[in-house]
Amino acid sequence: MFYKLIKLFEDLKNTLKMDSNSLPHFLDVVASSGSVLNLEERTALQTSLVILKKNYKFQRVLFWGKILGLQQDYFVAQGRGEDEMRDRKSLYSLNCLDWLLLPSVTDAMVEEVSKAAQGRFTGDPSFVYELQVSKQEERVFKVTEEKRLAVTVHQIDEEASVVPRGAFIRSPSGPVQINRSFSGLSESEAKRLENFMHFRESKDLPREKQQKAEWTPAIDFLDVLSEDIPKGSWSLQLECASRVCVLRSLLWLGLTFYHVPMTPQHGYVYIGLGMKNLDLPFML
Amino acid sequence: MECSEADSTAASFKAFLQKSSSRSDRNLYDHLVLLLVKIMDERPHDAVDVLEDMSLELKRALFKDRQSSLREHVTPSAGDMLAEHQLLLFKQEQDFNHEDPTVETGFPNVNETAFYLEQAGVGLGREETQRILLALKLLVESQGLPRCRLWGKILGTESSYIIAEAEYAEGDGEQSADEDLQEEEEEEESGTQESETDPVPRSTYTHPPMVPKEAVGTGANRCFYFVCTEPGLPWVKLPPVSPAQITAARSICKAFTGRLDSPVLSYPPFPGNEANYLRAQIARISAGTQVSPSGFYQAVEEEGEEEEETGRDQCQVNPEFEGVSSFEMAQSLSSWVHHIQHILKQGRCTWVNPAMKVEDDSIEEAEAGEKDERPDEPEPEYGPPLLTNLSQDAELFHTPPWSLRLSSTITPQHAVAVLRSNLWPGAFAFSNGKRFENIYVGWGLKYTGQGYSPCVPPPPQQEYPSGPEVTEMVDPSVEEEEEMRMALEEQQEVQQESEEEEEDEEDDN
Repeated sequence: MFYKLIKLFEDLKNTLKMDSNSLPHFLDVVASSGSVLNLEERTALQTSLVILKKNYKFQRVLFWGKILGLQQDYFVAQGRGEDEMRDRKSLYSLNCLDWLLLPSVTDAMVEEVSKAAQGRFTGDPSFVYELQVSKQEERVFKVTEEKRLAVTVHQIDEEASVVPRGAFIRSPSGPVQINRSFSGLSESEAKRLENFMHFRESKDLPREKQQKAEWTPAIDFLDVLSEDIPKGSWSLQLECASRVCVLRSLLWLGLTFYHVPMTPQHGYVYIGLGMKNLDLPFML
Repeated sequence: MECSEADSTAASFKAFLQKSSSRSDRNLYDHLVLLLVKIMDERPHDAVDVLEDMSLELKRALFKDRQSSLREHVTPSAGDMLAEHQLLLFKQEQDFNHEDPTVETGFPNVNETAFYLEQAGVGLGREETQRILLALKLLVESQGLPRCRLWGKILGTESSYIIAEAEYAEGDGEQSADEDLQEEEEEEESGTQESETDPVPRSTYTHPPMVPKEAVGTGANRCFYFVCTEPGLPWVKLPPVSPAQITAARSICKAFTGRLDSPVLSYPPFPGNEANYLRAQIARISAGTQVSPSGFYQAVEEEGEEEEETGRDQCQVNPEFEGVSSFEMAQSLSSWVHHIQHILKQGRCTWVNPAMKVEDDSIEEAEAGEKDERPDEPEPEYGPPLLTNLSQDAELFHTPPWSLRLSSTITPQHAVAVLRSNLWPGAFAFSNGKRFENIYVGWGLKYTGQGYSPCVPPPPQQEYPSGPEVTEMVDPSVEEEEEMRMALEEQQEVQQESEEEEEDEEDDN
């Protein structure tokens, strides 16, 4: 009986998206998508994330991912406060050691970035993308790469973040928190896309969600992955000799989510170019 | 409205209570009902304190003997079957003891490569790499290959492919029956039946001449590839690639599903199934991104060699290569060269005039008396010769084609030089002194810049040659018709008069 309690406690400590405690294990599992962090980066992350958590007073610090640029890569980390959904702050670094806070994203910023920023990330945060609208008008849209990075991280979280059903609870007073009694999806549940959800403010209409017999408002407050358009933009596979369930996004190539069924371990990471895959309808 | 919401929550909670437990056939609702009935009947003292004991007693009373004489049939899950396959990886062949372990074997030391690749930021995880190593060993032993190499991994929507590359042993000319089938398809003509009333128009469409496949062992077919979805499952050999498949693969953008026999539905239509598409993409990726340090390979030296610009197609390992430090390799792109031939626009590595074949046919048809148009002589295509260095690679979509750096800035003394391709995201190469390796781990698609735009279908063809019978003419107006009628009548009158005059003359005579 006590053994079980201790094991549960340790599992809880190791849960969730790339907690700084479980970084090595997590990276091994996600490596099936082809990208790994080299040893130097991993050790630097383990140290600097702990310091980051202390400085910013986060509840948890997670390694969010890596965006590959032409000359340098950006490492992105995310800190979580009391409310997991709303108190999110993203930080970036070029060498896994010195972290800078990304600006918070506004609608105006999203529009600027979508107009001006094109092509690959260069790797220089102060690089300015310029777009002249037309030859008659003198208006030039300018946006820095730092803003583009912030908007990209925000968009990926909006469109491609994944958590298993039941991992987070919304308490009646509003804040979203980790579900301490989440024991993992079963093997059969892990094969179905309906049990995975986006970790974002819900966009679906509430009446559409009350279809399952087990619908609970505390758990089912997120949008389900199987409602994503276009259908087929998620690839669900069982890897590592069928022990781990891996979800890969085809909309943002490079986003990998893993979950070990019957345990509370899950997480996602994005290692890629930072560009939305606009060819998706052709690819399917 | 509040009532109905409360009702629906109550109903769903009741449904939850009535859900049967996975371990026994009971559910909470029934158990609670029975418990309350028991308390009602027995009316114990301090009922709240003895509640748990009563509940346990109730459960014990309902305990049924679950032992039956039938054994449970356990269906093996996919994970179990995969584990069985992977167990075979660890078995050794019986004559292993007789082999000398110091002799060079065909399969590469994947773990060592993986160590360096991990510093470059690419890899598949240590356990997976170990399984791949064992799978390659099995492949080499079962197929008797002299040498093989891990080419990489291509991710798919349902499962992924792990790809191994092997070179043909000398004298291994396989003839593929596919070539004959393709020629037969090319020669199908629309059958015309001449009816007695009107001849049906004949189609004047002729297929453009097919570019012949490259012989096995040369050009894009220099190596052959084996594919498996998980290490441990049997390796499948991919068929050789044809130029038509390469040109079609260049104009489509399709993701792989993970099943080799699934069809590739696209426009322009791809001639083949996913196995052919996979082979074509492997050929394109190899030609575009397989690089080596300059000096590692040298041109094959033969006596009486022609001009080098006509395209060497082979190179051999330079035995005097001393290794270049990774610091130098990371400085400039000119220290890296391509060692695989570039694929021309035609789809082959060496240019062949497809009209040559048609000439033989046209001579025969000329004898038969049919006219045949000579297609315009296509211009020969040239590509960059083998062993050109990377600084000459063209830029696409305003992105430099390669990104080069050292793997570590803190300890550059022990770092490796890492080369990343921007045209084929997922293609990596590393170099560390004498060792170098290429690998591809990705989705198998080229970087399309702003987005892929499919090609437009060709304009519709002329159905019939234009001529006076089918040219439209404006109908004559009423005045014009009147004039024509009047003119005709006059002509007829004149004719009648002349005939009457002739008759009169004859009568007179």
